[in-house]
Amino acid sequence: MSPAVAAAPVRRRRDSTRPRLAPWLFLSPAIVLFVLFLVIPMGYAIYLSFVALRVEGGAFGTRQQVFVGLENYVDALTDPELLASLGRLATFGVIAVPLTLGGALLFALLLDLPRVRFARFSRTAIFVPYAVPGVIATLLWGFMYLPTTSPINFLLTSVGLPPIDFLGPQGIYGSLANIAIWAGLGFNMIILYTALRSIPVEMYEAARLDGAGEWQIAWRIKIPLVAPALLLTLIFSLLGTLQAYSEPTTLKSLSNSISHSFFPLMKVYRDAFGLDNVSSAAAMSVVLALGTLVVSLVLLRILQRRTFEEAK
Amino acid sequence: MTAVTTAPHAAGPRRRPGARVIPTIILLLGALYTLFPVFWVVMASTKTSGELFSTFGLVPGTGFFDNLVALSVFEDGKYWKWALNSLIYAGGGALLSTLVSAMAGFALARYRFRGRGVLFTVLFAGVLLPGITLAIPQYFLISALGIANTHWAVLLPSIINPFGIYLATIYAQGSVPEETLEAARIDGASEWRNFRAIAFPMMLPGLVTVFMLQFIGIWNNFLLPFIMLSDETKFPLTTGLYLLLNRGTGTPVLYTYAIMGALLSIIPLVTLMLLLQRYWKLELLSGSLKG
Repeated sequence: MSPAVAAAPVRRRRDSTRPRLAPWLFLSPAIVLFVLFLVIPMGYAIYLSFVALRVEGGAFGTRQQVFVGLENYVDALTDPELLASLGRLATFGVIAVPLTLGGALLFALLLDLPRVRFARFSRTAIFVPYAVPGVIATLLWGFMYLPTTSPINFLLTSVGLPPIDFLGPQGIYGSLANIAIWAGLGFNMIILYTALRSIPVEMYEAARLDGAGEWQIAWRIKIPLVAPALLLTLIFSLLGTLQAYSEPTTLKSLSNSISHSFFPLMKVYRDAFGLDNVSSAAAMSVVLALGTLVVSLVLLRILQRRTFEEAK
Repeated sequence: MTAVTTAPHAAGPRRRPGARVIPTIILLLGALYTLFPVFWVVMASTKTSGELFSTFGLVPGTGFFDNLVALSVFEDGKYWKWALNSLIYAGGGALLSTLVSAMAGFALARYRFRGRGVLFTVLFAGVLLPGITLAIPQYFLISALGIANTHWAVLLPSIINPFGIYLATIYAQGSVPEETLEAARIDGASEWRNFRAIAFPMMLPGLVTVFMLQFIGIWNNFLLPFIMLSDETKFPLTTGLYLLLNRGTGTPVLYTYAIMGALLSIIPLVTLMLLLQRYWKLELLSGSLKG
């Protein structure tokens, strides 16, 4: 672990100021851990996705791993349960992602305005949920939703309005999205706010003197300039959405509307540990990982092209 | 709420009186929305399990200390074991992770060597790889190593953080001047000394951010301990509170434990975050893709 060893061979070649061994020694812990916990598991998942357990040799045969080609993938991609879970995830994402990013952008723009009161307090308060784990956020909101403890429904019914069925088959999407929005608003707001703060004031001072309203300045100058940061938050949000697991799993304890295969990762977990069908779980993991990778790379491509053009 | 009056009174009304009332109100509504569940859990923690289901959610009850004691003695103080475990996983994991990221970031930013470009691309692909899809194969690996259901099963996979390495690289590029390292080399400093005595202090503000992001990431992680651990005494708070809530369906008194447990677990992290807020360099994130 001690890169101090690097000094010896380096110092011997006095003419060179470009050490060769040192960077590798500095990188070695990272590389070892990266291979051990990312490359090998990923490789193993890919291997598992191409094999299946089969009983060989008639009635007294043993279960053996055999190569089955793309069979697991065909099964996964035609599995109505997986497709349904992807559909549910999409419904959830379509509500949660635009509202999180829209809200974060709105708050960031408002914070960036001059002469706004309580800005520091609001900024801090909106950022607080970032430090609250998904399980605990779900626990808090879960009790807001639970008919017997919900203060919202208590107020609604006390003025004679019907209670909201937060945990019912329809309401569950909005309820889950609300937890994601609550948890994600602050972090995205801070990223966009710091991006806004890095815009030189001269960029819009002239427009302000010309009598442009703050709305116009925001729309025409500020938003285009923070577009790269906005795209970054979009990537983070999509990655987060695809990995949604702890919130629905926790809320499942309080709601019958969430099944064991409600979201893709819940199905992967259930197949691997509940049904002992590791190959199917591995194939789905690989499909999900590839899907995420493709989406993020496309977005990054757009992002890099944009920043490159700005640099020119 | 004391340090908020940054907008000077005199400058405000001169241009457009009252123009900032609506933005202020919208921001305060945002704050109200985020603080509402926190306020609710503070109130709920004071209620006995009878009061929890019978009284209005936003008024206090009478059972705060009883709840605190009941949670503390629950199954031989299991809750506090979970809290300690969370601290070990998040604190130890984030510390080691920051060190590994700092060394790797320094090497990627300040040395030119064959394979550097490839390495950077591979690490970056690791950022985009949804970590969660790795959790199941990671479990098989951890089992094969014979350390499933130990603290190491959660700690070891938490140390490698491609995003942390990426941020450390960006930060080292911006904060450690190559000339300083060259000068030290001419004076006979070893490469390790260059890192420890020159680069590391210069990178420290950025490394605080890497540490905080990873600390919160591990502290909030649910799936990894959920998959790796079956022994309840090794659980962190997230899986522990999930367990309480899950069992609570049959025994409502566990709900009051879960509520008290949730409140206690939020306090240290929110405090830490607020205290360290000024040391955070989150512009590192928004600026990180411009290079």
